[in-house]
Amino acid sequence: MTTTSTSTDEVMDYDEAIARFDPVMGLEVHVELNTATKMFCGCATAFGAPPNSQVCPVCLGLPGALPVVNATAVESAIRIGLALHCEIAPWCRFARKNYFYPDMPKNFQTSQYDEPISFDGWLDVEVEDGAGGTEIFRVEIERAHMEEDTGKSLHIGGATGRIQGADYSLVDYNRAGIPLIEIVTKPIAGAGERAPEVARAYVSALRDLMRALDVSDVKMEQGSMRCDANVSLRVRAGDGPTSAAQLDVPLGTRTETKNVNSLRSVERAVRYEIARHAAVLAGGGSILQETRHWHEDTGVTTSGREKSDAEDYRYFPEPDLVPVAPSRERVEALRQTLPEPPAERRRRLQTDWGYSDLEMRDVVNAGALELIEQTVALGASAQAARKWWLGEPSRRANGAAQDLVAYAAQLGFAPADVAALEGMVVAGRLNDSMARQVLDGVLDGEGHPVQVADARGLELVQDDAALEAAVEQVIAANPDVADKIRGGKAQAAGALIGQVMKATKGQADAGKARELILAKLQ
Amino acid sequence: MSSLTRDDVAHLAMLARIDLDDAELDRMVGELDVILGAVAKVQQAPIDGVAPMSHPLPLTNVTRPDVLRAGLTPAEALSGAPEVHEQRFSVPRILTED
Repeated sequence: MTTTSTSTDEVMDYDEAIARFDPVMGLEVHVELNTATKMFCGCATAFGAPPNSQVCPVCLGLPGALPVVNATAVESAIRIGLALHCEIAPWCRFARKNYFYPDMPKNFQTSQYDEPISFDGWLDVEVEDGAGGTEIFRVEIERAHMEEDTGKSLHIGGATGRIQGADYSLVDYNRAGIPLIEIVTKPIAGAGERAPEVARAYVSALRDLMRALDVSDVKMEQGSMRCDANVSLRVRAGDGPTSAAQLDVPLGTRTETKNVNSLRSVERAVRYEIARHAAVLAGGGSILQETRHWHEDTGVTTSGREKSDAEDYRYFPEPDLVPVAPSRERVEALRQTLPEPPAERRRRLQTDWGYSDLEMRDVVNAGALELIEQTVALGASAQAARKWWLGEPSRRANGAAQDLVAYAAQLGFAPADVAALEGMVVAGRLNDSMARQVLDGVLDGEGHPVQVADARGLELVQDDAALEAAVEQVIAANPDVADKIRGGKAQAAGALIGQVMKATKGQADAGKARELILAKLQ
Repeated sequence: MSSLTRDDVAHLAMLARIDLDDAELDRMVGELDVILGAVAKVQQAPIDGVAPMSHPLPLTNVTRPDVLRAGLTPAEALSGAPEVHEQRFSVPRILTED
């Protein structure tokens, strides 16, 4: 059989689906930790290394190898648990999750099962309230446990690169054993039509939190943060998604959609599954509990393997690893290292910078928060920093389908460049239009702002004699306009200023030109 | 006290990727019953007031610092692979049985 990324599944119009059914989600997010070494061995974790060059007997599951837990990974796991308001287990152990895919050479994945290191937490996420403001939606966390990543398989042959239909698979174990934290929510009910938006906001908030904790590089496009989205529908009851009658309705059968590798995909995949479930249920069918694959290109899911029941994994305690028992003192010490929660930080910065809600949302959506913070720290005003970062650099990053931070980093375009550019404006060397030309030059790789301004000869005419000569020339050439100004019509000066700017090739300070014109004619 | 059925054994054999014919399945039901029966004796142990044991060793928090250690070269890692393509382990297509 072959699988294609186009689906013949019927979907119901989303609004109709929501009118008839209540969606419930469960989100499982895997976060690869940014430790230097793997979870249970000293192999490197660098992304993009040649295949099978970061492996050893432990992560290859060779006989006699003995895993030993990475202390930094445990520390990161505890900090993540604390940041998610979880309880930290005083004692927990690892378990073997047995299965026979070649992505784990051991035939099991070392994970945690009945004793996760952290459990029972929550994360508040912000969704737009439809009236220009934001609203808080609390997502309950079931657990956040430690495990190891699997190897990467390339499927050769078959109709597509996907798993079914492949003739053989090529496996690279560099990723096998990289520390993962799996964060599992409790069923997320009560979101109603905004379920897809809540899913996206949750993953986005988690990503912000991981960044703030500095425990992962959370690059969804590289797979260091991955989301599996469980969706089920139940019939509508009561007078709204949060009504007691609705919450009493038993959950429907769920599907788990994998391969959801961007924030936008999280939202789209949940929305698609809601519409697909609704069509199946409304047609009198029943949902098969299964794994679905998300196809970014076509925006649909297709059936994957049927989901194993938990007992099929035959979990049992990992005999090669001893329990992890963090002391309360250690946990409290780690609690002291938690960063300011990202949402609070945003609110603080918005107040400090005097941004409107709309301005702040644009900044956050553009991923420019840190860049602006650093630019402001280098002396630029908050408004100027926002203006420059959200202008040409954001446009170019969008055009290259990159996030702003990655785009700027790749270009070597730093907050210091923006601060230098704005510095030249404030000092009166550049006007706004010249500064834009300088910015273009910097983004085109012509050098740092001052170098570009020098090389392009961009400098406001500071030489009063040159400016005065230009003003006199323009007055002499426009006696009618000059008469009007002499007669008290100061607003007529605009026409002369324009000509002065033209005469000086735009390098004059318009304000100064105006002063000079008025001084000579009044 | 065993409740192991022939279907249970067939399911376990499938999960463990062990091919058993009908005669072997019948024999295994009996043999596994005896083993489970023997292990089930631990249920008779008096455990009132005994804390659950997560691990038999009196050790916790055995960790190592997050420091790189040399591993295997790709050639060493792949030396036992039945087939290698593009410096990767080549394995038969999977998930055909699902």
